[in-house]
Amino acid sequence: MSTRTLPGATSPGVTVGSWAADGWTITQRNLIKLRRSPDMLVFAVLQPVMFVLLFSQVYAGSIRVEGTDYTQYLMAGIFGQTVLFGSTFSGAGMAQDLKEGIVDRFRTLPMSPSAVLIGRTNSDLVLNAVSMVIMIGTGFVVGWRFTASFGSFLAGIALLLLFSYAFSWVMALVGMSVRSPETVNNASFVILFPLTFISNAFVQSQNLPGPLETFADWNPVSALVQGARQLFGNTGSAPVPDAWPMQHPVLTVLAGSLVLLVVFVPLCLRKFATVSSR
Amino acid sequence: MTGPLIEVDGLTKTYRSRSRTVHALAGLDLSVPEGIVKGLLGPNGAGKTTVVKVLTTLITPDAGTARIGGVDVVAEPARIRRMIGASGQYAAVDENLTGTENLRMVGRLYHLGGAAARRRAAELLELFDLEEAGDRPVKGYSGGMRRRLDLAGALVIRPRVLFLDEPTTGLDPRSRIGLWDVIRSLVQDGTTVLLTTQYLEEADQLADEISVIDDGSVIAAGTPDELKAQLGGHRVVVVLQDGADAARAAEVLARHGESAPTLDEQGRELQVAVQQGPSALQRILAGLDARGVALHDAGMRRPTLDDVFLSLTGHTTAPAAGTDDRAPHGAATPTGGGRHR
Repeated sequence: MSTRTLPGATSPGVTVGSWAADGWTITQRNLIKLRRSPDMLVFAVLQPVMFVLLFSQVYAGSIRVEGTDYTQYLMAGIFGQTVLFGSTFSGAGMAQDLKEGIVDRFRTLPMSPSAVLIGRTNSDLVLNAVSMVIMIGTGFVVGWRFTASFGSFLAGIALLLLFSYAFSWVMALVGMSVRSPETVNNASFVILFPLTFISNAFVQSQNLPGPLETFADWNPVSALVQGARQLFGNTGSAPVPDAWPMQHPVLTVLAGSLVLLVVFVPLCLRKFATVSSR
Repeated sequence: MTGPLIEVDGLTKTYRSRSRTVHALAGLDLSVPEGIVKGLLGPNGAGKTTVVKVLTTLITPDAGTARIGGVDVVAEPARIRRMIGASGQYAAVDENLTGTENLRMVGRLYHLGGAAARRRAAELLELFDLEEAGDRPVKGYSGGMRRRLDLAGALVIRPRVLFLDEPTTGLDPRSRIGLWDVIRSLVQDGTTVLLTTQYLEEADQLADEISVIDDGSVIAAGTPDELKAQLGGHRVVVVLQDGADAARAAEVLARHGESAPTLDEQGRELQVAVQQGPSALQRILAGLDARGVALHDAGMRRPTLDDVFLSLTGHTTAPAAGTDDRAPHGAATPTGGGRHR
């Protein structure tokens, strides 16, 4: 009877130009929203500063890492954790938009259907980039230095942001599926906290008990942190675990991000085409 | 264009969840000529919003076809979206943006271009009496202001068809009447409107044609006057001085009336449908007098849409309790025989 439109299919009249313009319109809308919600800014600005200060000042004296100084070791871990949590905004944001009914408005407009998702993930990328700049500044204050070239340092930042962008799409799908911003926040807390703590973000994996060490070596968060650490030149002479992702962290993160995008972008578009506020 | 602007044939939509299956639409047909206000009238859960969601491309029906201006809503949603505006019962506006920012965003998403979007936003804010509030975030708006802004958002492109899904639900009487005035002035410009409502008074006030919906299909259609004429005759209404007389009075009304009498919630006002209004009124008054029932008031009136709905479906439109003092009075019927819900 009814022919179903292909999810993500470009509608007639939606040109690449209008697609980019729609994405930009929604990005701007989300950024205005961000500016007017102080709690979000506190999360994006204060929390990274707090983490850098607490870990570098409180634990630096007690946690010994092999082959390097703890502050140098720590920063990539905090970057990784922060951008990962920053990506959860995409989930809470989509859930919030559904709850408020604004998605119904968007879906009755002749705009590009993907623009809402693109705007969402874009604005969260901006948010993550802002957090990153603030963390880098704070890091410099507490004595962190990158020892690799400036280009390699930038590559490390880009790697973190790429992964966070890909992960935003995962969270956007979660947000559209569970539809409650509170649930998204709580669930991501419960999943992401163990994921970042049972990794090499704050401690070296060889110091973890047996099964946790294996988990940490294969944990994607570890690969992300290890990749950034390498690119920043912060690994010193620390031993590198034998697990493949730890030996090739940058490649692992690039491939992993690509896989996430290839899988979750179409899933998100399909979900968005049928999701309705109430 | 010949033919109707909106044509809906045999629309079906079923929602399944673990606990139950809901036939939101069960073969619904609808036809709306260009330039009129069509009212879809029915209680909560009748399927009104589901029809609107199909026509505004938000959901895909399980079966059946829906066309606007000859364009199939399922096959070519993008073309449909360029000719419709929709405003819902939950104001779909962004709380964190100002009124102006909301309308400009919608304008840009209609691809009007920045300058035109700005111009149109200013025009609409003026039209909807929101100029002063335009630069404040919507968070601080009243319910009525949000609805007006939402309606303004639906009019950014001067749509060929405007969908209003319960536009005044939850509004206070003053805001409701204000919104009615706005809708009436739009209609004068020739916009075709599909209006859903559970308020009979609203349909009566605004609609040229009404389709009464219950359980996912249309059970009656016509102009408000035609629908009322279907009931024929008059209604006799008596108001008792003492509610204790209600049972005795109901017996008298039942003897002279064409339907089972209904009693209002206060237990003092009784109604019954009659043929030959004046003589029935006389007989009823004489009967009540003979049985010593004292009256506060008595009279007859033409049937309202509320009566129409009651006679068609066996239940009233039952608006959400306590939210609304302008809603038609509920015809709870202690004496009328199981009509209350």
